[in-house]
Amino acid sequence: MDALFLARLQFAIVTVYHWFFVPLTLGMTILLALMETKYVRSGDETYKRMVKFFGTLFLINFAIGVATGIVQEFQFGMNWSQYSRFVGDIFGVPLAIEALLAFFMESTFLGVWVFGWDKLSKKIHLATIWLVAIGSNLSALWILIANSWMQEPVGYKLENGRAVMVDFLAVAANPSIRYQFPHVFFSGMSTAGFFVMAVAAWHLLRKKTHGELFSKALKWGLVYGLIGSALVITAGHFQGQHMVETQPMKMAAAEALWDTEQPASFSLFTIGDMKKREDVFSVKVPGLLSFLSCNNFTCEVQGMNQLQAEYEQKYGPGNYIPNAMLAYWNFRLMVGAGTLMLLLALYGVWLMYKKKDFRQHSRFLLFTVWALFLPYLANATGWLFTELARQPWVVFGLMRTEEGVSNTVPESWVMLSLATYTLLYAGLIVADVYLLLKYARKDPDEEETEQPETPAPSLVGVA
Amino acid sequence: MDLNTIWFILIAVLFAGFFLLEGFDYGVGMLLPFLGKNDEERRLIINAIGPFWDGNEVWMLTAGGAMFAAFAQWYATLFSGFYIALLLMLLALILRGVSFEYRSKNDHPKWRNFWDWSIFIGSFLPALLWGVAVANIVRGVPIDADMNFVGSFFGLLNPFALLGGVMFVAVFLFHGAVYLTLKVGDPVMNRAKSSAKKLWIVALALVVLFVIYAFFGTGMYRSGTAYPPTLVAAVTLILSGLFLNKGRNGWAFAMTAVTIIFITFTAFAGLYPNVLPSTVDAAYNLTIYNASASQYTLKIMTIVALIFTPLVLIYQGWTYYIFRQRLTLDHEMEY
Repeated sequence: MDALFLARLQFAIVTVYHWFFVPLTLGMTILLALMETKYVRSGDETYKRMVKFFGTLFLINFAIGVATGIVQEFQFGMNWSQYSRFVGDIFGVPLAIEALLAFFMESTFLGVWVFGWDKLSKKIHLATIWLVAIGSNLSALWILIANSWMQEPVGYKLENGRAVMVDFLAVAANPSIRYQFPHVFFSGMSTAGFFVMAVAAWHLLRKKTHGELFSKALKWGLVYGLIGSALVITAGHFQGQHMVETQPMKMAAAEALWDTEQPASFSLFTIGDMKKREDVFSVKVPGLLSFLSCNNFTCEVQGMNQLQAEYEQKYGPGNYIPNAMLAYWNFRLMVGAGTLMLLLALYGVWLMYKKKDFRQHSRFLLFTVWALFLPYLANATGWLFTELARQPWVVFGLMRTEEGVSNTVPESWVMLSLATYTLLYAGLIVADVYLLLKYARKDPDEEETEQPETPAPSLVGVA
Repeated sequence: MDLNTIWFILIAVLFAGFFLLEGFDYGVGMLLPFLGKNDEERRLIINAIGPFWDGNEVWMLTAGGAMFAAFAQWYATLFSGFYIALLLMLLALILRGVSFEYRSKNDHPKWRNFWDWSIFIGSFLPALLWGVAVANIVRGVPIDADMNFVGSFFGLLNPFALLGGVMFVAVFLFHGAVYLTLKVGDPVMNRAKSSAKKLWIVALALVVLFVIYAFFGTGMYRSGTAYPPTLVAAVTLILSGLFLNKGRNGWAFAMTAVTIIFITFTAFAGLYPNVLPSTVDAAYNLTIYNASASQYTLKIMTIVALIFTPLVLIYQGWTYYIFRQRLTLDHEMEY
């Protein structure tokens, strides 16, 4: 194991971990804002209880999201200093704007929202959660603008071996962000929808109290989750087509398409030989990949072998084929999870439309509880796919990942940070899940216990 | 004034804002185990910074982001060079951020005890390590011709840097204690006040020591620009203690705030026009020119900063106004 591998592993671990918490924040802040809007408009206390109940769960989740987000900003400098030197002129800008424009808004107004229930008028209080929702989604926008530049560098020139910005608007309106942001935005919606659905379904399965509140919550979750999962798939479809144009190798890897095909078939299941660069066994639907790539059943889709030859011409000798197995399976897990989510939400909304009582459909409720894993699976595999299948590039066509790693940081330091983050993160996820389960099981109007049952002893024995 | 200088000043302002605001909530975090004698009192102390700490922490993130955008070479050298120190700080900050939210969500005394100490460590380590970092930046670190840090972690723990770290801890403790005299009711308030009086002496002594060491041991006062901010910091620090003794706690807090801002300005004024001096050869110094982004990027960032910084100041100010009330033990508490 060398420092490069460890730094990459670390980036994958801390980023995927961070991303377990972020999509829920993106979608949930909007959903809470909608619920609170309903409360303020109707005066119905049920919605206030709903906001408070799901708000507590959201905050338990948010705490780790924020705390682990700090690492994200620091690790570019710590583990990827050569990358930072190369891209700083461009990449630092959206990061700074994210902090100044979005983080301040999100954190400041969240503090006001949490502590301000009795200090502000209903309308002002409502405004604060909307500002949190806008702030958190703006932060997603700006960090994705930064990421888009790694996928599709625009608005720059190369000067003394560094990328220098020449057009800020081109960077901010990168073609890639137009597909990436909607995809992430709707993934947040679907995550939040499925989160609310799962908790509500669990309560309805118990058939105890608060049936009305949780039936309502389930409906909110379903509608929200349906819109989210339908649109995340739609956005993903267009993003895929854009990818075929700008990063054809990524699409070829996603489909395990070794050789150019016309028309191209879509692989349902493939076992390939990575060394020989060919399929061992596969099940394919003829023409479908052509359709997915360019909306007709007969167009040509480039294969990895042909792209490799083309890139060798363009960028010099080297291996330009990403790990096709990881790309292929991550892509399938993401698409599979997303499709299941859409089907489940459709079925639930159909039940809703038929005015069925959810409590009579315990199998649906049980599926809904377990379906909570689906958005998390899709979110993680989606990022793993898009980053892994861009390899060997850290900035597509401009900088290889191995050139970006810190040149003065010894392997032992990276090892140490990898080990300590992993340990700390493992401990935190235990505390997080414990608290989420504890608070998800509570009844919505149960007062939070104010005092420990036995008075805690003084921490320091000085009077 | 050129854009490079403007950005140097803006980053100084961001760090000043960060140390001023997180300074008191690091201080409060460090005082938590000592001023809160029982669970209720500790909750009171935590809730006194409850609505603010997260917004305050964004000052650090913004300072870091601005460094990346405006002086990417500084950011890259510093963050890869101070690796172990930053790792410790990040671990502490992660634990701290989670602690506030999780601490009161379970009744068990061991659970609460664990998170209370996490808040202590999570406040102490960053305070100490930022002091160490700032002192090292002022003093200079080994940097080679390729802008790479070539020192070791233990090299960063030199006496001057450690003094800087301890000074930061003392000043933040004092600042935090004065903050608590304004924000909480008795009996914690009285305890905070008597602690503040003792901490004033310690903070003052350490600041004086640091200035003497910096004067004789580093290049901080060579150009002379660091004298005026040092004077302001010293005078306000003295005044803060005098106000405190007269029972004018609000004025005392205003003074500690100015002290921290001007300690930060002292460091930056002493640095200018360097951002990270090299102890290997002055020719390898990172400066506001060789470490900076292009003029175009600086121009874009200036426009962005001019629009959004005033907005942030307005709405963060508003939150302090909303939660201006002194918290007492019979208030309902979120954390």
